Amino acid sequence: MRDFLRAYPAEAKLLAVLVLIVGFLSVASPQFLTLGNLTSLLNNNAVNLIWAVGLLVVLIAGGIDISFAVAASVVQFVAVSVLIGMGGGNWALGFALVIVLGIGLGLVNAALIHGFRIISIVVTISTFNAFFGLLMFFTGGRSIYSLPDWLSQPIYLWEYQTETGWADIRLPVAVMVACLIATWALIRHTTTGRQLYAFGDNPEGARRAGINIWLMQAIAFGWCGMMAGIAGLMQAHITREVVPNALIGRELDVLAAVVLGGARLGGGRGSVLGCVLGVMLVAVAQNGLNLLGVSPYAFKMVVGIIILAAISTSNIDLAAILAPKRRDRE
Amino acid sequence: MTDLPPAICFAKVSKVFGGVKALQDVAFEVGQGEVHCLAGENGCGKSTLIKIITGVYQPEAGAEMALFGEELAAITPNLARQRGIAVIWQDLALFPEMTVAENIAFESLLGNRPRRVDHRALRAAAEAALARLEVSLDLDARLGTLPIAARQVVAIARALVSDARLIFMDEPTASLTQAETDALLAVVRTLSARGVAVVFVSHRLAEVLEISSRVTVLRDGRLVGVYPTEGMTQARLTELMTGKTLDHQVRARDTSGDPPVLEVEGLSRGNEFRDVTFTLRRGEVLGLTGLIGAGRTELSHVLFGMNRADAGMIRLEGRVLRMRSNRDAVAAGIAYVSEDRLALGLIQPQSISDNAVLAVLRRITGASGLLSPKRQEDLVAHWVRELAVKIGKPGDAVSTLSGGNQQRVVLAKWLATEPKVLILDCPTVGVDVGARAGIFRIVRELAAKGLAILLISDEVSEVHVNADRVLHMAGGRIVGEYDPRSTPLQDMEAAVYA
Repeated sequence: MRDFLRAYPAEAKLLAVLVLIVGFLSVASPQFLTLGNLTSLLNNNAVNLIWAVGLLVVLIAGGIDISFAVAASVVQFVAVSVLIGMGGGNWALGFALVIVLGIGLGLVNAALIHGFRIISIVVTISTFNAFFGLLMFFTGGRSIYSLPDWLSQPIYLWEYQTETGWADIRLPVAVMVACLIATWALIRHTTTGRQLYAFGDNPEGARRAGINIWLMQAIAFGWCGMMAGIAGLMQAHITREVVPNALIGRELDVLAAVVLGGARLGGGRGSVLGCVLGVMLVAVAQNGLNLLGVSPYAFKMVVGIIILAAISTSNIDLAAILAPKRRDRE
Repeated sequence: MTDLPPAICFAKVSKVFGGVKALQDVAFEVGQGEVHCLAGENGCGKSTLIKIITGVYQPEAGAEMALFGEELAAITPNLARQRGIAVIWQDLALFPEMTVAENIAFESLLGNRPRRVDHRALRAAAEAALARLEVSLDLDARLGTLPIAARQVVAIARALVSDARLIFMDEPTASLTQAETDALLAVVRTLSARGVAVVFVSHRLAEVLEISSRVTVLRDGRLVGVYPTEGMTQARLTELMTGKTLDHQVRARDTSGDPPVLEVEGLSRGNEFRDVTFTLRRGEVLGLTGLIGAGRTELSHVLFGMNRADAGMIRLEGRVLRMRSNRDAVAAGIAYVSEDRLALGLIQPQSISDNAVLAVLRRITGASGLLSPKRQEDLVAHWVRELAVKIGKPGDAVSTLSGGNQQRVVLAKWLATEPKVLILDCPTVGVDVGARAGIFRIVRELAAKGLAILLISDEVSEVHVNADRVLHMAGGRIVGEYDPRSTPLQDMEAAVYA
């Protein structure tokens, strides 16, 4: 327990807060702790979580990406157009296409950052505008409503009838879990992942140790782009349409949730567990407010306050408080 | 040890950068397991020599190079690493967010192709390296939570993981306390006993002379000589490094008749310092020396109002001072120039004028509350005249000035606050021996104009030459007071470095 607190101080605190909120809501609202509500929380946040772990890798490597939600829109549109043009396609082709396109857009960011030595926030604000401008220009703002059947049919992985209604888990949740596991394996258990941490932590030290800097940028932004593409496909699957300006603006919500989950904007820190907790905390808070009948206009305000409170107390060291008191510290 | 070939045996090493001879016909030899010191002023060629030995630079033709008895025609960074040459730079190049184990065994995480991290092997490698140093650290602690001294040990352990047999350490004791320095020196002795050679590159000579067996001195890219450290004094070494017989004439004068400005009585704070009593007089330079960790800087922070004393009293010109913050100290007439400020305390691209008024912006505002260019001009003109700063126009960038004149601008900035007491905390840290003379010339000029100066330094020779009286601080207490006119430098050094 103490080891967990020491290794994941931000995550532990977040978990405590999440447990408190869940505890409060399950008393305050009879609908909250129902199977139906919990599974819909999962289904509704799968896309955000896929984005979150992609962004996490960029943050760990010391960068930031503002363009991923727009990139997801671009990938969505291009991929669906190509699939329709091919006469339909299938899931395998769809995944292959969004992964390739997503990585491609991510590498554009990486190449600009590395090639011209521009800081990532400036590059991705530029590509955010460029991607979105190009998309709106070529689509003329028109949406695609008739998706191929395989893409627009909901896929239920698990169903259960409760007294209050159906509870189900759909395909995006499984995809999300696969993305979480892949990201966790990458950053925790491969040498490349540890190099990403090192690079984000001390870029000059990493360079001197012999780490390939370009490779680090390419992997971080490529991974983020790949996740953006997968999230885009899932979003199209869920909403059964492709609307060019549907995703713009979501990037800041995801960024806030990832930072809430303990990732550091300076690089070198962050975990998949933290991402999950960060996204879930925001989602549960919103869900709870909804169930308690609070005005939706108050959501953003409450979420903002939660994030501020979490980040401003992030220096409180739980491990030190729980550790047995040492008589004198030298 | 003599039957082993030397770890490094270089001769006739020269290096030219764009017509400038950075190194000329330098020889450098370090025995296996030897602790060696490489000394010289900034720009003398120390780093160029290290970079040639580690393969970063190639020397001019004709150089003779051998590592561990093996003649080499050319050295690449990889080759040097393979042969066991490691450099620990001053900034250590570690990863504060990663664990101690990962930092030590970082080499096993390298490579472009992704591999599975073997967490167990990684810990074992880190543990083995620490065991060789006879040090124990928590392998799972985040490096950033460790003190600097422990991080240094981690950097050394990392070098050992890659089988280093000779380690260069760049300014290793610069930010350590005495206890930490002792611990580091113990680690170095352990290394040496195990046959790993250590080369110290350092400005701080006292500790280095204590542990190394020989010192190689460079000056202006040339080899001055190789000397045994036994019998070597800091003063002699300084002479060798600068090539000047530094003026060791004592300038102290009897100040006992001058009116007191700052009187400190029985000042104590926690376990930082205890029962400190002294008087600083008008026009006096009072030296305060002692080893790092003696409580000198902590004392100056209280004198400058940054911390509060638990007990005791500070009087300024007879009035008891109660300071809540350093703003009160500045208002009362106390200025404090911390370490490095004389070297780093300027915003280089900004103008001389803007730099000089940085600390007194409130004083140069006009009736409207906005900055008044006229007042700024007058103030700057006054201090340029007062400190005899040689400048073109006040609007020129500070970077156009020589080092000595830059130092005057820094002092002007603090003197513009019109202090009665000036506290200089280690004003020569990171400053070349040559430039130090300039700083002390200004210090003496200021004292002659009536300013009371508390000069803090860990180099006894500095206060011996420049102060009127010297206080010796150790373990948080003033343990002695010396008059440089009657106490020879050797006696003072013996007392302080004992």
